Amino acid sequence: MVELEVMEKEKEKNGGVKKEDPRLRAISSSIRVVPNFPKPGIMFNDITTLLLRPKVFRDVIDMFVERYKDMHIEAVAGIEARGFIFGPSIALAIGAKFIPLRKPNKLPGEVISEKYELEYGTDCLEMHVEALESKERVLIVDDFVATGGTLCAAIKLIERSGAEVVECACLLGIAKFRDCCKLGEKPVHVLVECLKYNL
Amino acid sequence: MAAQIEEKKQDLKDPRIDGIASSIRVVPNFPKPGIMFQDITTLLLNPKAFKNTVDLFVEQYTGKDISIVAGIEARGFIFGPPIALAIGAKFIPLRKPRKLPGEVISEEYVLEYGTDCLEMHIGAVQPGDHALVVDDLIATGGTLCAAINLLERAGAKVVECACVIELPELKGRERLKNKPLYVLVESH
Repeated sequence: MVELEVMEKEKEKNGGVKKEDPRLRAISSSIRVVPNFPKPGIMFNDITTLLLRPKVFRDVIDMFVERYKDMHIEAVAGIEARGFIFGPSIALAIGAKFIPLRKPNKLPGEVISEKYELEYGTDCLEMHVEALESKERVLIVDDFVATGGTLCAAIKLIERSGAEVVECACLLGIAKFRDCCKLGEKPVHVLVECLKYNL
Repeated sequence: MAAQIEEKKQDLKDPRIDGIASSIRVVPNFPKPGIMFQDITTLLLNPKAFKNTVDLFVEQYTGKDISIVAGIEARGFIFGPPIALAIGAKFIPLRKPRKLPGEVISEEYVLEYGTDCLEMHIGAVQPGDHALVVDDLIATGGTLCAAINLLERAGAKVVECACVIELPELKGRERLKNKPLYVLVESH
């Protein structure tokens, strides 16, 4: 009886997942850590090495598509530039629109803009005004979530246009996002925890 | 919207081309006065047109022994990866300076005013790789030429360049070091 209780608690702690998906191991090991980029002390998780492994890249997309294909997602919004690498393939597979969220002055039409905080200073994300209709269900995609500042700006852009953010999906995230976490009220789904490297 | 866009005349026109061409929006005077900007974001809002775009490229390159699809930042990142995934090739992002974290090679190229620079990770290309270069649009061909140079310097054989849109009057096709160019729509 006690053993069952312990198992149930373990299951609960892992969000009901009993076993790790076998594809995750290769995904994690395909990511390269580059120390001191873009500045000293930062361990940069480089996804370009994953993109050099077609089967692993395929697995990443498949895992996201499996999760979202029955959630009635009408649009996938990808954050420039690495969100552009993953978002469109997900959109194509689930039959959704793809919406690029871009740095300022890149989108040619009328835009809405959302400023957000960086460690030093601010940055800005833009979206075309006609990209979304009211109440449309949107998935936001980026490669990496740390502070969540960029994702929060993306959520605000989507909501300002009257659409609904269903979830944020990232290939990588810092530890607190591993077992699902929220940004404000929106769930964030991360495939693998980012890699640390002790110099 | 489709007034200035017409399909390639040489080939028998695939029925999907019309839908693709008409989903591209032309925005006048962007990024500066006199430029008629070919906006593909409206194509991306049309799932069927976007899928047809990717399918046409995939049909062109499946079974052609292409091991690399190189996409030019940033709109080449939208079209390149779905093609790479479908044909089983590696995807290599070609980026603006200081975005790639590892060791890179750089290629400078000439703009109307000044120069710009494209970078690629060292080690992405392996001996014997055959590469396809992808971008949304070819204008003067300067960026595509820089991309070809990067890949060749790393030892890849560049097989072809593929773009959704060509601006033929700018003669970019002639600046591709004799590599073939495949496009879906021409804009005059």
